[in-house]
Amino acid sequence: MSVAEVIRDQNDPADTVWVEHVSWIDRVPRAISMIALFIAFVALWQIATMLQLISPIILPTPIEVARDLYSVAANLLSGDYMLFALWTTMKEVFYGFIIATVIGFSLGVLVGETTFGERAVMPYLVAIDTMPKIAFAPLFVAWLGFDIHSKVALAAFIATFPIIVGTAAGLHAADENARMLFKTMGATRWQTLIKLKLPTGLPHFFTGLKIGSVGVMAGAITGEFLGGGKGFGELIRVAASMLDTPRVFSLIIYLSLVGLSLFAFVTWMQRRFVFWHKDRTSAADA
Amino acid sequence: MSAAAAAVLTSDPVRREPVYELSSVTKVYPRRNVHALDKVDLTLERGSFSAVIGSSGCGKSTLLKIMAGLHTPSAGRVVLAGKPVTGPRRDIGMMFQQATLFPWRTTIENIVLPIEIRDGKRAARAKHEDARRLLELVGLKGFEHVYPNELSGGMAQRAAICRMLITEPAVLLLDEPFSALDELSREFMNMELQRVCLARDATAFLVTHSIPEAVILSDIVYVMKPRPGRIVEAVTIDLPRPRTLDMMTTPRFGALVDHIRGRLDKEAFL
Repeated sequence: MSVAEVIRDQNDPADTVWVEHVSWIDRVPRAISMIALFIAFVALWQIATMLQLISPIILPTPIEVARDLYSVAANLLSGDYMLFALWTTMKEVFYGFIIATVIGFSLGVLVGETTFGERAVMPYLVAIDTMPKIAFAPLFVAWLGFDIHSKVALAAFIATFPIIVGTAAGLHAADENARMLFKTMGATRWQTLIKLKLPTGLPHFFTGLKIGSVGVMAGAITGEFLGGGKGFGELIRVAASMLDTPRVFSLIIYLSLVGLSLFAFVTWMQRRFVFWHKDRTSAADA
Repeated sequence: MSAAAAAVLTSDPVRREPVYELSSVTKVYPRRNVHALDKVDLTLERGSFSAVIGSSGCGKSTLLKIMAGLHTPSAGRVVLAGKPVTGPRRDIGMMFQQATLFPWRTTIENIVLPIEIRDGKRAARAKHEDARRLLELVGLKGFEHVYPNELSGGMAQRAAICRMLITEPAVLLLDEPFSALDELSREFMNMELQRVCLARDATAFLVTHSIPEAVILSDIVYVMKPRPGRIVEAVTIDLPRPRTLDMMTTPRFGALVDHIRGRLDKEAFL
């Protein structure tokens, strides 16, 4: 990205200076480059549709999507059926996430803390995790019906595994020195878990939560696609079946706002509870 | 040789009552066919500073872990303050190469952690005044409510000293406590350690790779050799107290270092 260059004074060899060159594109402030990229993408999209390179049924113009975003917003703000659908999906996501967190954390502790869990339970969890979890959707519908319960179940089912893995990995994160220190202090197993392993593992736990928060959204929408109901996923399905692609796009954009706020909430929690840990790898720091 | 070392110790009239006594401590790992320790005899007297030095794999870490009650010996007697050591003990203070302060606790909360684990949160809070006094002793006054991220390596080790001392242990077991620090900080911290030990009349036992460090700090340096791990000589360090870094340039210091190095070199690679 940056090129160093030698500027040489021919008369004085001692006067050789290294100058670092940063390309102009790396100097643009982040906000400006993000906005510019967005505008370029939308412009390209608009041009492609205007030149009729793509059928308008397959890909609507950005202006159509923008217009639809507005009408969906109007519907949401007026408290019409879309708000109800959004509320339904948010409930599924919320309950699914809570259930996944509780089950994921408990199983994570079982697997991470006990030899029995590690030896006997973990292989089964890995086996289930490798299954295509979406394939369970018809089963959940059969067991729990077409109401939100089956969607909550699928959402929780998908989100549980990363939380299990995060929790279990976190419990193994405490280093040998710290464990030895706790041993020399005569700490009980419970004290070691509460005062050493859980706090040390919090960053891993939150990484699991973040991955889970993405999965829970996918689970809820998939559940609605496959099991009907009254949520946003159902609206998308109906719009798509009527080839109303602008509507599909705008609904997806509003859905992504829900997912993004859940992710942001988890990130905020992480910052609050893992205040000592500087997480630079997370996309949420954007 | 080890028996002779013990004899020298017990016949020393200046020394006071024994705090820590090991006799014929042997550790064998039969599965790996390793004879880690062979009939080690060791007596630490109250207020004394001893060091054990030896090459890697000579069994000094095993010895320290047995003394800390983290490992059990295959044979032998380990007695601290008149009671046999059968597991981790409240009257043992330990320090490691890493300070291992917990980043979610402030400095003072880290220091009272052993009390919190032993007697609960209320007892730990009652010890805050003691912790403050210890922080003052190691020169960390005003850092009570600072998180460990903001402490330098040397400061973190000072806090670790406080954490070790808060339980008022009968013996301090030091496992290369400053070897992760740079040379200058290390020498300085060694002097701080001596000052703290003299101030508290502490009984200390140091495991180290550094001969100068062992000599400048100790009253007695035990030289260990591997296969099987045993003490081959107890070198009495007759430099006056308190020691200073200037002493490291004296002929006597040099002679002691040379002597110990000679004892290590002769058989270390056999």
